[in-house]
Parts: sequence; structure tokens; C-alpha cells
Amino acid sequence: MLVKDQLKTEIAADGSPRETFVINLGPQHPATHGVLRVKMTMDGEYVVRAEPVCGYIHRMQEKMGENRTYAQFLPNTSRIDYLSALTYTHGFVGAVERALKLQVPPRAEYIRVITSELNRISSHLVWWGAFLLDLGGFTPLLYAFDDREKILDLLEGITGSRLTYSYFRIGGLYNDIDDTFINGTRAFVAQMRPRLKMYRSLVTDNIILRKRLIDIGPITEEMCRKYGATGPVIRGSGVPYDVRKVEPYSVYSDLDFVVPTFEEGDSMARYLVRMEEMAQSLRIIEQGLDKLPAGPVMAEKVPRVLKLPAGDYCYAVEAARGRFAVRIVSDNKEIPYRVKLRTPSLSNLSLFEEASAGMLLPDALALMGSLDLVIPDIDR
Amino acid sequence: MTPNLPEPKLGAAQPVSPTAAPAPAAPVPPKPAVAAAPPSPTPAQPAPAPAPVLPNPLPHAPLPFKGVDYAAKGYHADATVTPDQVVFAAELLDKEGLSLDTITGVDWMAEGQMEVVYDYFHPAKALRVVVRTRIPRDNPEIPTIQKVFPGANWHERETHDFFGIKFLGHPNLTPFLLPEDATYHPLRKDFTQC
Amino acid sequence: MIQSIWNFILSLWPEPLRLVLFLAGIMGFVGANAAYLVWVERKGAARFQRRPGPTEVGWAGLVQPIADAVKLLSKQLIVPAGVDRTLFRVAPLLMMSPVLMSLAVIPWGQHLAGRNINVGLLMIFAFGSVNVMAIMLGGWSSRNKYAIISAARVVSQGVAYEIPMLLVVITMIMVTGTMNLNEIVMQQAGGFWHWNFFRVWVNPLAPVTFLIFYICMLAETNRAPFDMAEAESELVAGAYTEYSGMGFGVFFMAEYSNILLGCALATVLFLGGWQSPIGNLLGNWQSTLDVLLGLFWFLAKMYFLIFSVVWIRWTFPRTQFYGLLNLSWKILIPVSLFTLVLSSAMLKLLR
Repeated sequence: MLVKDQLKTEIAADGSPRETFVINLGPQHPATHGVLRVKMTMDGEYVVRAEPVCGYIHRMQEKMGENRTYAQFLPNTSRIDYLSALTYTHGFVGAVERALKLQVPPRAEYIRVITSELNRISSHLVWWGAFLLDLGGFTPLLYAFDDREKILDLLEGITGSRLTYSYFRIGGLYNDIDDTFINGTRAFVAQMRPRLKMYRSLVTDNIILRKRLIDIGPITEEMCRKYGATGPVIRGSGVPYDVRKVEPYSVYSDLDFVVPTFEEGDSMARYLVRMEEMAQSLRIIEQGLDKLPAGPVMAEKVPRVLKLPAGDYCYAVEAARGRFAVRIVSDNKEIPYRVKLRTPSLSNLSLFEEASAGMLLPDALALMGSLDLVIPDIDR
Repeated sequence: MTPNLPEPKLGAAQPVSPTAAPAPAAPVPPKPAVAAAPPSPTPAQPAPAPAPVLPNPLPHAPLPFKGVDYAAKGYHADATVTPDQVVFAAELLDKEGLSLDTITGVDWMAEGQMEVVYDYFHPAKALRVVVRTRIPRDNPEIPTIQKVFPGANWHERETHDFFGIKFLGHPNLTPFLLPEDATYHPLRKDFTQC
Repeated sequence: MIQSIWNFILSLWPEPLRLVLFLAGIMGFVGANAAYLVWVERKGAARFQRRPGPTEVGWAGLVQPIADAVKLLSKQLIVPAGVDRTLFRVAPLLMMSPVLMSLAVIPWGQHLAGRNINVGLLMIFAFGSVNVMAIMLGGWSSRNKYAIISAARVVSQGVAYEIPMLLVVITMIMVTGTMNLNEIVMQQAGGFWHWNFFRVWVNPLAPVTFLIFYICMLAETNRAPFDMAEAESELVAGAYTEYSGMGFGVFFMAEYSNILLGCALATVLFLGGWQSPIGNLLGNWQSTLDVLLGLFWFLAKMYFLIFSVVWIRWTFPRTQFYGLLNLSWKILIPVSLFTLVLSSAMLKLLR
């Protein structure tokens, strides 16, 4: 009854014939991830070949960049990766400021860092909940969203949005923060630390989770380098590459934090990197609040009409998923000539085909979950 | 075959020799660092003031890398090569330990050229390298670097999608982000369909 | 007064009437349970996830299962083209019927067993293997790759966990000396220290035996963390993908009824059945109050076990497939074989 015509016979690497069939994962997933289609050629339970097919949410952001002024493109930046929207805006705004040689006031820089780190925590919480949902644990998602609600409420108070913030402006910020935000953030940091401990003891130390993740989906350092994978993927394979430390931007060089790196390269290493990063982000937020200077939040002389001098300019930030870089090519007009968005999830997913060959289906899905993909980030 | 190291001429197309071997046998001795202003994108603009002379971060590399002011531009080294040198450049940077950041194109329609830009970054130190090349717009072809950096597979497919640049030797140059039957290339400057 | 009316009715046509009443009662009980265990699951899941759960439909959401049933009934029963029509339609029924039949031998109270046959335990396990076959047929006949993968997984999981379960049951048969469920319960009279769970002078690993039985029961009913068959994020709905409306509803009900049967059996075998945990409060077992008391204790123990099944589902992630099979073949089977040998040695020593 299983459709004999759907079974194909292939010759495996060692010469033996194998009957394979093709199964489609997506584009509509019961698990999250977004609209990604993965064409899997399966030999029973083993994945012979997994080809991701992208483009289901391609919105041509880069063409939009060529039709809008620099200020008009700002909302687009939040929507590339909606879960860590502020860091992406930071990347674009930083590129324009670099080109115009604008001095952003220090208060604005500190607030940018604080809000970006809050955004990073909320992004990692969504990843954590969704990853466990993939693995069959339904409950942590709701605990994660509970914490995330508090972050969203804090950010809504100053930016007005819950998810796709348009908070940064070229030259500073749109709005200053108030005492409600500062006190609320301190309270959040105080209550988040015990929560992270609880997650560690209830979920991370759970034997079933450990069996699901340890030694599953190994990615070597060489593979990361060849595919350009960054973020927790490369940090879980032993390379301490973090844009905030290697190419420091904003005020990260004044703040004291550690980049968690784990050697093993399996899914558990990537999981632990992100859990540790949440703790480190709490440290950064605390230091940022302690060191917050007074002053304006917008640069003084921002020209009304923004025209970048001709040439190309780059800016890279460490988003929740990895290295996000913007390359703007300008020909001295109000609208950019070319905006190139280098997104981390695309490079992270490109190694999935090679890394998942020969794995069991649930293991391949655990690997994909541990890569932390947001599909609009890949498709732009 | 020794790679020729020309300056890009504004307004003239760079010849592509598809029969040329992409990788040379032996590296030539390094040329002295050229202190020149970065090339302007459009010929009508007056050339900007010359950039300060910065040391070449890759002095031993037999390609014309120029040091770039990171604070002004966001990258550390820049090289303009001919299209048949891109694979050599990729192998060179692979040996240096760099990782592929992205590959993209820029459509200089007024000059009749397309620029292919390769971005590389080093995972251990602050070193961002940009390798550029120019190909004629009517028949844009360039060899693939997919064998050196497998991650280039998807970047080249995307660049082909958006600009129509053919990457010679690419195993699967089908649409990546556009629909499977797309025949148009949206990021070209003369693309007007909606 | 009630007793005399009851005796009068019974004198008319004793045995068949009693059976019919019993079976009708069982079907009603199973139906009500299958519906309201859904409510228990949803409320339990919600409370574990720090949210209220169904509250809209009826007070505390108690009418929610009725709403769900009406929804399922009103859906079209789609039979996809190209499936094996007979098998597709028969599979849900095949899963539901063994449970109903097995529940006829469970002693709900001292005189409340449908048919107190001497090989009651054997009958339950004879019927118990059918549900594996039913899911396999459902997945196979669906003509859907996800369903077939799921069916294959269910068979391998079902076979793997059948073995330690039977070994454990054989141990209990040896320990109690009988397959008659009511006798097993009678042996556990007195306080809770007489329960088979604590019967360590005959079976030194009695609590371990209970644990193995419980784990095998979770695996046989395809409950998390052993729900590979229905692994949502991987296989959509697994073997049940192509079923719509009441076809899916019957599978669903059958799953809850299986849990009911498993927990009832665990109660009978290990937790003293209808025996009260605090000894005989009232001496005379013939009065109606004692019958109700027995039923109350049975249901209390059974529902406690069902609640723990729901609790475990919402706490743990899913195991790996080979982890699941390894657990059975490499851990549970050796341990249960060991307890079997140990119990027989102890019995020999005691004799």
C-alpha cells in the first residue's frame, strides 16, 4: 500500500542498493521555525539527504532598500529577524552613522546596548521554548513566554511596540527612557536569575533532554568556517567568535562580560551557549544601568536629508542568531544604491545539508532546532 | 599562469577569459602597497580626497590588498581582482583562516558592468577582507568558489537569482529565493516589472 | 429496601440481566471517562503551564468535552482516495473494542466484577495486544508516508514493551498464585502494608516491579514521553493523520480508555484494588455502603494514577526512538527477568 512507485532504489556509497523515499518537512510545520521546506530523502528512519528549500517568505528587502531613503528603510530592518529586531536596526543605523561620521551621544549608546540585550534574552527565550516543543516537552514554552511578557512590557513602555521596534534612529534614539523602565528592568533582572536556575535544574539537567542532545548533530569548527556559520553555532564548536568582542561596536568594549564557548560541537553545546548567554546578557544590562550617563539621546547635527558620500560602508553586529552585517553602497544620493543584508540564519542553515547526512530523523530535527533559525532571516 | 594585477578602468569592461586557468602555479612576489583612493563608483563624480595610507594587513599575499580605515568603512582590507582570480583569492584567504561572510553583486548599469563583491571575515581576530571584481553586464560570468568554500553555494545561487550572474561550475544554479520558474532578475537596475 | 428490590429484579433473569446492566454501565463509564479525561488532561496541562485552561464552556470548563464531542461528530468522515477502505474504517473500532471487553473482568468492588473468570489476567493481556495491531492498520491503510513511519514505530515500540510487562505480570501471578483478579485483590486485605506494592517478603523488588509495570503501561498506550507514534513536531499526527471527525475521535477515546484500563490494572495488581488502605472500618461487606466504599477506594487509586500519567506527559520531553527501545530491551527486560527469578527463589525459600 505504500505506493511502490514512490520508492526509489539508490546505490549507496558502499555500493549496496538502498530503497529511499522523499518526505517533505514543511513548509507548514507543526513546530515553529517558520515557512521552511526541507526535502528529505529517507532510507527508513535515516536521512540520506536533506535539502532546504527557501523562498516562501521572500519579501525582497534588498530591493526595498533601493527604493527608500535611509530613514524610510528603518522599519524594514526590524522585520528581517523579528525576534531580535533591535540588533538588526542597530546594524543598519550603525552603517549610516559610520558613513556620515555621526557621533551618537553616550547615553543613547548605553540605552541601545541595554535594549538590545533585553531583546537578545527574549529571542533566546523563544528559541528555548520552541526547541523544547520540537523535542516533545510542551511546558517550558509557556514558562519562557511568561518571562518574555515582562520584557515585552518593559520595551513597550519606551518604544510603543512589542515585537518589531523602530526605536533607534540615525543619530540616536527616538525616545528617552524613564524611571519606570529602569526600575522595571532592575526588577526583571532580579527575578530572571532564579528563573534561569530553575530552568537549569528542571530542564537542562533532565536525563531525557540530555540523551536527546548530547553527541547529536556534531558540527566541526572547520565546517563552521567553510560555511560562514556564526553565533552560538560557532561558539558551540569551540571558537569564541563574538562580534561584540572581536570587532567591538557601540559601548561593548566598556562592559565586562564573558563569551560562553563550549568545545563539543554537539546540540547540547549550542544549547548551553544560549542559556549562558542569557545570564551574560543580564550582567550586561546591570552594568549598563549602573553606568548610564545623563545627556541627550539624539546627536546634535543630523542632516535633514541624509546623503552618504559615495562608496561602500559596512557594519556588523552580534544578533541573537549570529553575525549580522549590513553593506551599503551609496552614490551620493538620498536613497542607497545597494543595501546588502548578511543574515546569520542563511549561513547557519547552509551547513544543514552536509551535517545531517546519515542521521536519524528526530536527530536531524534536534540539530535544526539547535541552529536557531528564523526563516524570514534567511529569505529576507 | 601569472595573474595580471590591473587597476580597474572606469567605463571600460573587464575582459573575461573563460579558458584561463583560475589558480596560478606559483605566487608572484608581493607588490608594494598601493596608496590610492578607493575607486569611485560612478565616473561622473569627482574623486574624493585620497584616503590615508594604511598598512596592508595581508602583505604576503600576492594580490593587491589595500589597507582600509575600519572606523570609516567597516572593513580592513580591500582588493580588486580580475574575474579569473577570484578562486585564487578564495583559496588564499581560506589558507589564512578566514571564513566566507557573503557574496553579492552591485549592478553598475551606467558603466555597463556588474561588480561581484566577496566578503570574508576572520573568526579569531578583527580582519574583514573584501575582494571585488567587475564583469561585463551583458554576459556576466564568473567562476564559482564553491569548491573552496561550500557555503558559497547558496550565496552564489542568490546572486544569480537577483542579478543573473552565471557562476561557472556551480552544481545547481536554480532559483534559491525566487520561485522555481522565475526568469527575471529583480535587483538589476532595469527591472521594472512588479 | 433497595436491596430487596434489587434481589427481586435479579431473581427474574439473573445472569444475563446482570451482564447487560454491567456492560451498559461499563460503556457509559468508559464513554464518560474518555470525554472527561480530556478535561482532566487539558486542565492539568494548563495548571502545569501556569495558565487556567478551559473556563468558558460551563463552570470551570466542564462542558468543554461535550462541545468537543459535538464538534467531532459534526465533521465529515473523509475517506481519502486510494486507501484500503475496509481497514481504514475498521482500525478505530479495532482499537476501541478490546478495551471494552477487558474492562468486563476488572473487579470494581467485591461483587462488582462483570465476569469474575479464573483467567481474568490472561484475558486482559490477550486483548491488549490488539491495540498495537489497530494502530498499525490505521497507519498502513492511510496511504501516507508519515502514517506509515508512525505505524512502523508503534509496532516496534509495542512489541518491545509488551515483553517486560508480561514478565512483570507473570511475576505477580507467581507471587499471588492466581490469575483471578478478584482473588488478587482479596489477598491484599488489611491496611496498605498488605498491598502487593509492599509485598517484599515474597518479591523483594516489589516497588521496582510496580515501576516497570507503570513504564510499560505508558509505553503501550503511546503516552509521552513514549509518544513516538504521534510525535507532533516530526510526523504531524502520526498514524492518525488521515482520520477526521469521529474516526479520530474514536482513536482518541480508545487512547484514554487504554490509560483507564492500564491504571485500573495497576491498581488491582499492586495497590490493593478496592481494599481500603486503612483496614476494615466496617465489618459487614454485604451492605450497600461497603460496596460503595470499595468502589470509592478503587476509583480514588485509579484516578490518582491517571493524574500522574497526565503529570508525566506535560513534564518530560520525548525520548529518542533508540533510547526508548534501549530502555526496554537493555534495561527493563533484564530487570524484570531478574525479579522473576528472585521471586521464584524467595517463594521456594518460603515454602
